[in-house]
Amino acid sequence: MPLLKDGRLVEDPWRIIDDASPLPAREPTIVSFARFQAERDQLLARGAPLGVRLRNSDAIDALAGAIDRLDLIALEFPKFSDGRAYSQARGLRERLGFAGELRATGDVLIDQALFMRRCGFDAWEIADAAKAPRFVEAFATFSVFYQPAGDGRAAVSALRRFASAGRA
Amino acid sequence: MYTYDEHDRTFVAERVAQFRDQVKRRLLGELTEEQFKPLRLTNGLYLQLHAYMLRVAIPYGTLSSAQMRMLAHIARRYDRGYGHFTTRQNIQFNWIKLEDAADALDDLASVEMHALQTSGNCIRNTTADQWAGVAIDEIEDPRIWCEIIRQWSSLHPEFTFLPRKFKIAVTGSPNDRAAVRVHDIGLRLRRDEKGEVGFEVIVGGGLGRTPMIGKTIREFLPKRHLLSYLEAILRAYNLAGRRDNLYKARIKILVHEIGVEEMRRRVEAEWAAIRDGALDLPPQTIDAISRHFSPPAYEPQPAVDLAVERLRLESVSFARWLKTNVAPHREPGYAIVNLSLKPEGAPPGDASAAQMEAVADLALAHSHDEIRVSHEQNLVLPHVKRADLPTLWRKLAAIDLATPNLGLVSDIIACPGLDYCALANARSIPVAQRITRRFADLKRQHDIGELKIKISGCINACGHHHVGHIGILGVDKNGEEFYQITLGGDGTETTALGRIIGPAVSADDVVDAIETLVETYLQKRRPGERFVDTYRRVGDAPFKERLYAAA
Amino acid sequence: MAKAAKSTLQIATANRLRDGAVVFLTVDGAWSTSLAEARVARTAADADHLIATCDRDAATVVVGPTLIAVTEHDGVIEPVDLRERIRANGLTIDTIAADAVRYL
Repeated sequence: MPLLKDGRLVEDPWRIIDDASPLPAREPTIVSFARFQAERDQLLARGAPLGVRLRNSDAIDALAGAIDRLDLIALEFPKFSDGRAYSQARGLRERLGFAGELRATGDVLIDQALFMRRCGFDAWEIADAAKAPRFVEAFATFSVFYQPAGDGRAAVSALRRFASAGRA
Repeated sequence: MYTYDEHDRTFVAERVAQFRDQVKRRLLGELTEEQFKPLRLTNGLYLQLHAYMLRVAIPYGTLSSAQMRMLAHIARRYDRGYGHFTTRQNIQFNWIKLEDAADALDDLASVEMHALQTSGNCIRNTTADQWAGVAIDEIEDPRIWCEIIRQWSSLHPEFTFLPRKFKIAVTGSPNDRAAVRVHDIGLRLRRDEKGEVGFEVIVGGGLGRTPMIGKTIREFLPKRHLLSYLEAILRAYNLAGRRDNLYKARIKILVHEIGVEEMRRRVEAEWAAIRDGALDLPPQTIDAISRHFSPPAYEPQPAVDLAVERLRLESVSFARWLKTNVAPHREPGYAIVNLSLKPEGAPPGDASAAQMEAVADLALAHSHDEIRVSHEQNLVLPHVKRADLPTLWRKLAAIDLATPNLGLVSDIIACPGLDYCALANARSIPVAQRITRRFADLKRQHDIGELKIKISGCINACGHHHVGHIGILGVDKNGEEFYQITLGGDGTETTALGRIIGPAVSADDVVDAIETLVETYLQKRRPGERFVDTYRRVGDAPFKERLYAAA
Repeated sequence: MAKAAKSTLQIATANRLRDGAVVFLTVDGAWSTSLAEARVARTAADADHLIATCDRDAATVVVGPTLIAVTEHDGVIEPVDLRERIRANGLTIDTIAADAVRYL
């Protein structure tokens, strides 16, 4: 699937394997959450980049102990209107401190791209490569944000405090 | 009241530009209706029976005269000359064209208004009580908190695709005029033993298909933790609320299914991780918002005005109006004036552009440029000098907004019903109109006293019928309109859900049925008892007997 | 995808995308605000034809096209369902005029 990252379409170095397939020796590989839980030690011992894909009903805390050893986590929007992955993303980034690639998969549409980015996603599997520029435009739709969301952008309240402190 | 700064103005402008682009893409077919629908709903644009309906947000029911004027302009320019004030303190325009919607939103943005999040599975308008800031019994102005919540919830990236809509209400008074116990989250300002002001946090209330009264999840929350605590609740709901069944997707179902103990455990666990973080509300942030809600420059006024007292004695009409529509004010010599949008025979809650413009002028002349919208689909002028009451009354009478019926049998709350709404099973407005005509006699209305009738055209209960003293629910029986009657509902701090008293009655019979219930009350009542008090004392039986006796 | 109603006589109705107006599919394959101009489907094949046009126009012309049952008396069409009658005929109440300060 076309992959949008760092503001453009990129080659996807990651291999997604199902639960039955053998594990590649060196390639960056994404496995399911179920497989990660079942084969955790072997997967972590492989010494190659490891990714896990969660369903949006999976509890992120099960990854807590291994969060620094994961290079990618893929979250899912089975339908764009099912917003559970937004909370999973923020929990992974802000509470568990996940610093690797956080990838949005599933029904990933232009009008939700900015919400996803604000919640910590930094990679998007999009259905139609031709739409990539529209996604990038969508990231710039707003310059004002009312709530802190862990994407590092200052919320309005912080800007106001800063402004009044500057004037004091 | 809150006024925008540069950030707020930029945000609203960016939002309209985004919506304009989304509409363009929809009209070109680049977005399917399925993809577009949540986007248009997040901008308050519904498709109803006859046309698109735009629900404009009136944050916590407060607006200036310039804003009211703009609503009149929207009615004239983009609609059919009138608007409808809702049970969530918003206004609805029923005939908006999709191709005009972005222009209408631009016009609204010019007076710091918008239609953001008045629909969709997101956090909706946070409502307060319509007398916030001026009521005598208030601990603190709830609107400060409504504004803080409003900003935090505006295009919150995590909570724009919740399992279902989410409604928050705040009361600043022990007399709950905001119905906090039938909201997804209810916040009640209160003092702890040390006299410090904080919140009781209530979750899982709601009406609709499965009405429930909210449960207290936290007895006392210090103010600075409000947003982090709300975020914890919303996160727990976003992750665990049901998404398999539209009718079981509200937070009330989650609380019911896992229990309030487990809900509290999840919320507190989530909160422990985020409290004292970026959502902390330090005193300076709270003060900065609070300053927008400082009282206006009241002038010293005598507590009693002789002209008012004289007119009260001379004019029965004025006396009645004082009794029902004028409420005491915390500032000596001032009054809260309620404008009834329920004249006899009229669709409840509707106002013409001309009436809106007149109210705007009256707000400038008599109410320090401020107007409120109540849940009961009426308007309020919150800062009126008692000395102005005779003049104001005459001016209101001239524009038919002085019907002395606040809280009486003809002050009916009704959803738009099957005349307008695609979800409805039966019409509600004609029923309301017929009831007001049957009870037109004001002497009789005043004798009956407080009686809150609420009518919903379907089980979604936008008319809040569950919390009416008399609730009327329209149902479809073999293609015909029938009406289910409930008794004993209460939306105040003594929250109660009405009980069905028997089989639904036909459209032809419903007004007679209401009259029979009123007659039963009048026969049974003891001195000082309102309808709902008598019902609580004597129960269903006498009402059922009389209502279904002739059948 | 539009579905057929369970009745002998049917018409296609929708809301026009750009302005939300209630419209009916005519014999010319256009969408008109006039109920009288609605093309009546009397057979399953007719109904299928209506459905096909609904599906074609659902992207950019109309929203929520559907077939509804109607009766016909002396050439006058009337929807069977109360909701559809209100959609076709408009509000059953009067509304206050823009410049009025009193309801009727």
